[in-house]
Amino acid sequence: MNERVALVFRREIIMTASKNRQLVPVRKKKIRWAHILPFYIMVLPGCIYLLVNNYIPMYGIIIAFKKLNFQKGILGSDWAGLDNFKFLFATKDSWVITRNTLLYNVAFFIVGTILAIAMAILINEVTSKVASKLYQSLILLPYLMSWVVVGYLVYTFLSGEAGLINKSILEPLGLDKINWYMEKKYWPFILLLVNTWKGIGYSMIIYFSNVVGISQDYYEAARIDGATKWQQIKKITLPLLKPTVITLFILSIGQIFRSDFGLFYQIPKNSGPLYDVTRTLDVYVFQALMKNSDYAMSSAAGAYQSVVGFICIVIANQVVKKFNKDSALF
Amino acid sequence: MKSRENTITQLIAHIFCGAAALCALLPFVLLIIASFTDNAWATANGYSFLPKEWSLEAYRYIAVQGSTIGRAYVMTVVVTVLGTVSSILITTLFAYGISNKDIPGMKILNFLLVFTMLFNGGLVSTYYTYVKYFQIRDTIWALLLPNLLMNAFNVILVKNYFTNSIPPSLKEAARIDGASEFRIFVKIIMPLSLPIVATIGLMTALAYWNDWQNGMYYLSERGGGHLYTIQTVLNNINENLQVLKQNASQAASIGATTVNMPTTTIRMAIAAIGILPIMIAYSFFQRYFVKGITLGGVKE
Repeated sequence: MNERVALVFRREIIMTASKNRQLVPVRKKKIRWAHILPFYIMVLPGCIYLLVNNYIPMYGIIIAFKKLNFQKGILGSDWAGLDNFKFLFATKDSWVITRNTLLYNVAFFIVGTILAIAMAILINEVTSKVASKLYQSLILLPYLMSWVVVGYLVYTFLSGEAGLINKSILEPLGLDKINWYMEKKYWPFILLLVNTWKGIGYSMIIYFSNVVGISQDYYEAARIDGATKWQQIKKITLPLLKPTVITLFILSIGQIFRSDFGLFYQIPKNSGPLYDVTRTLDVYVFQALMKNSDYAMSSAAGAYQSVVGFICIVIANQVVKKFNKDSALF
Repeated sequence: MKSRENTITQLIAHIFCGAAALCALLPFVLLIIASFTDNAWATANGYSFLPKEWSLEAYRYIAVQGSTIGRAYVMTVVVTVLGTVSSILITTLFAYGISNKDIPGMKILNFLLVFTMLFNGGLVSTYYTYVKYFQIRDTIWALLLPNLLMNAFNVILVKNYFTNSIPPSLKEAARIDGASEFRIFVKIIMPLSLPIVATIGLMTALAYWNDWQNGMYYLSERGGGHLYTIQTVLNNINENLQVLKQNASQAASIGATTVNMPTTTIRMAIAAIGILPIMIAYSFFQRYFVKGITLGGVKE
């Protein structure tokens, strides 16, 4: 849904928000309507939007417990109890989509973090300002593209008939061409690669700003003691990045039930033979709803995702609070 | 000794960063070259970095027959502009409102806002609500409203800017001079907040420009085809190039020149046109893009 949803964003935002709490001025006892009314008018459009876009759909989660009849509406439809969930969890799909969602998130986090930190440290070493800026902008470029466009970019490489890999690499080497969009064994790697390719610029910049923030005094002292570059990275940079990594890790655990619909829908081109390894909760909900108009399954899967996801976030937040109070979400 | 280590470090850093930058860039180069490749050659030899035969036929086809694409392009611009302007308005007004914590109810609103980041109704009920109760299917609202109009992160970002970077004394002084709250907002708050407004505006514009999901959920070929944005068209021809062919045959029946559709290269040409504005905007406003990302990342 929201590509720029960033954990760091939240962390810092809420941090400043909680700092400000102390600045609240003492409210006067008597409410002066002429004074406060303009503020209510100002927030009115936003309130209406929150109601329409967020809170009515939140209430709509009870669709999962209903036998939804489109004409009768949410309230008019009959209750179904937990039947929808029973049907959902009776299918093999429920296990596959849960597994895929969780495993991809873990893999994305591990690979993404390692590469992002490595790139951040390397870019920090580049002394030329112009070169450093150029590298940063180029590496960030994929982040600005929609998943549809990324799907096209991937297609230029993987297309069965016209793809670069089949036509310009495998064929000249005398190897059989590969039907990329039909063979599921390659896809965990392809998805990991594509996701990293698109997202690395973003996380690199986050870590880069952390690396830049490390005081030069540490390195100065290390150099005087004769430490090599590698030792400086190992003994200074990495340990100082550790709190950020841990915080991001815990917060990403909170997001572990969410998946990027665009990645899992656009990149494999919704190809049936790949479902086993490409279908996540979000893709499943979409397919059940849009392709099969199956409100029972899709709403049950959606509610399952929302509720378990919410519990994960709350737990992750409590853990972060214990570990690093400033980074807590709420 | 030390300078040799420095040289080696520089070398390693440049090699790895250069390789990464190249990896990021090359797929775009391939896409653009593919769009300029001769269709017959591309069909026989595949997309290539070094095609033997170049051609403008994909672009010519779009220019002559691509009324779908031209209209989608206009639509994308309209939606992006309308969406971004209204988003900035709603976001800044809401943020300014809740930044006044001494007003009763604003803390509750702040909580309700943060809560939307933790819990959401999900696709099914959002879709059902919009389609059944607000009837946005096949209207322009479908492209403007769902999920994009006001984003909790942007609100919090702006709100923090209002509370941290604008001295309260300015507002007080204006109030004493008898300025209304709206006047203060327009004349004092907004001009002082231009950097943050530019940043969230740019990110919002990017989100609107890149959005394909709303088009896919809420627009149907028959009723909402005239509202398709470039991303929706890209998404549709991904599934089926026929979308373009039908349009071409319509054009042919009213007497336009018929050209065979360059099926292999045309999708790349449309994608190239779709990303061009982002590339241009990025090269000009790159500072704001990076700032949009790091705003929360750098400790104050």
